[in-house]
Amino acid sequence: MLQAIVTAATEESINPLLPAPYDIIWSAVAFVIILIFFWKYVLPRVQKLLDERGEAIEGNIAKADEAQRKAEAALEEYTAQLADARSEAGRIRETAREDGKKIVAEAKETATTEAARVTASAQAQIDAERQSALVSLRSEVGTLAIDLASGVIGESLTDDKKAAAVVDRFLADLEASEATAGGKK
Amino acid sequence: MLPFATSEEGGSGEFHGPSLTDFFPPVILFEGTWFEINRIILIRLLVVAVLILLFWLATRRMKLVPGRGQSLAELALDFVRNNMVYDTLGKRDGKRFLPLLTTLFFLILAMNLTGIIPGINIAGSSVIGFPLFLALVSYVAFMYAGIKKHPGAFFKNSLFPSGVPWYLYIVVTPIEFVSTFVLRPITLALRLLMNMVAGHMLLVLCFSATQFFIFTAGGLWSLFSIGTFAFGLAFTLFELLVAVLQAYVFTLLSAVYIQLALAEEH
Repeated sequence: MLQAIVTAATEESINPLLPAPYDIIWSAVAFVIILIFFWKYVLPRVQKLLDERGEAIEGNIAKADEAQRKAEAALEEYTAQLADARSEAGRIRETAREDGKKIVAEAKETATTEAARVTASAQAQIDAERQSALVSLRSEVGTLAIDLASGVIGESLTDDKKAAAVVDRFLADLEASEATAGGKK
Repeated sequence: MLPFATSEEGGSGEFHGPSLTDFFPPVILFEGTWFEINRIILIRLLVVAVLILLFWLATRRMKLVPGRGQSLAELALDFVRNNMVYDTLGKRDGKRFLPLLTTLFFLILAMNLTGIIPGINIAGSSVIGFPLFLALVSYVAFMYAGIKKHPGAFFKNSLFPSGVPWYLYIVVTPIEFVSTFVLRPITLALRLLMNMVAGHMLLVLCFSATQFFIFTAGGLWSLFSIGTFAFGLAFTLFELLVAVLQAYVFTLLSAVYIQLALAEEH
């Protein structure tokens, strides 16, 4: 009972709005410790991290831009090369076609000239052979005529039988001479 | 003195209601000096240790791609930085006061939360010293901000708002003086203190009534314990909300006071 009265008496003196010195002091200690902790340790680290993260993100974006740019440049280059190749191919084809035409034309020309040459040479040979045939024929006809004449003159040509024999003999001689000439050849 | 300041000495058969003595437990260390340590001071020191441990663990090895702990810490710090400080003060001034306001928020939050942690069951902020000291810090902070920004003109701006006819100063100036330089720290301190004290009283009432109905009254009275226990649980959740809300309100108001002091005109 006495205990209860004493407790009641002390509670009478409690004023929850008046701080005790120890209350304030330990509050201050707690506050200062946490303030310094956040100020000097946590927040700078977080700030540093945020900066790094921002940089990393920006870096990645820059990298992506760079890659994009490179890809575009490469695409452009390829396109240009492709166009070059196409025009090159076209040119080559054109050249080939012209070359082909030229070759055909040349071949035609060559063939024509050759044909003309062959014709000309054939003509020339024919002319020469005719000439030589003429010459030899003339001389042979002369000889024949002389032979024939001499044969005619040698025999009496009054008799028909005789004349026919002369001619026959002449022809046989002619044949024989021709055969010897052929054998000589 | 106050209706709930009951004087029962907790006999085993009696109802042990909440009491103001809960906030002034026996001294454990350094009795009689200015550095007395009782249970509540121990709780505060524990809170400091736990806060440091948690944030040290979360920020010890910061990575660009955060892990779970780091994400949580970043989320919390980011909330204070962007939603409270930068939104109120802007980025430039916000940076200067960020350490102070971050400290206020997390320290108050942690101190409030001890009120619902089983085994601790009393908020480190439910004794006047803590709220009062932080209110003074906030007070000094906004005065410092104002005087630094407008040397000489700060008090004039605060007490004699421009655009008011001179004869109205007779009315306006005392009101401004009281509301700015007297009521601000008092309301900051008392709002936090009374929320925490009332929360403790409610929880103790609910749970000690539950205890009483089950073990002392017995019989059919035990059925009441279901109701009181349910209320206890509900108020525990409510106290969780209050703990966060009071930390938020205290920090946000501090930021707003600093912003008002920094503003050109009042």
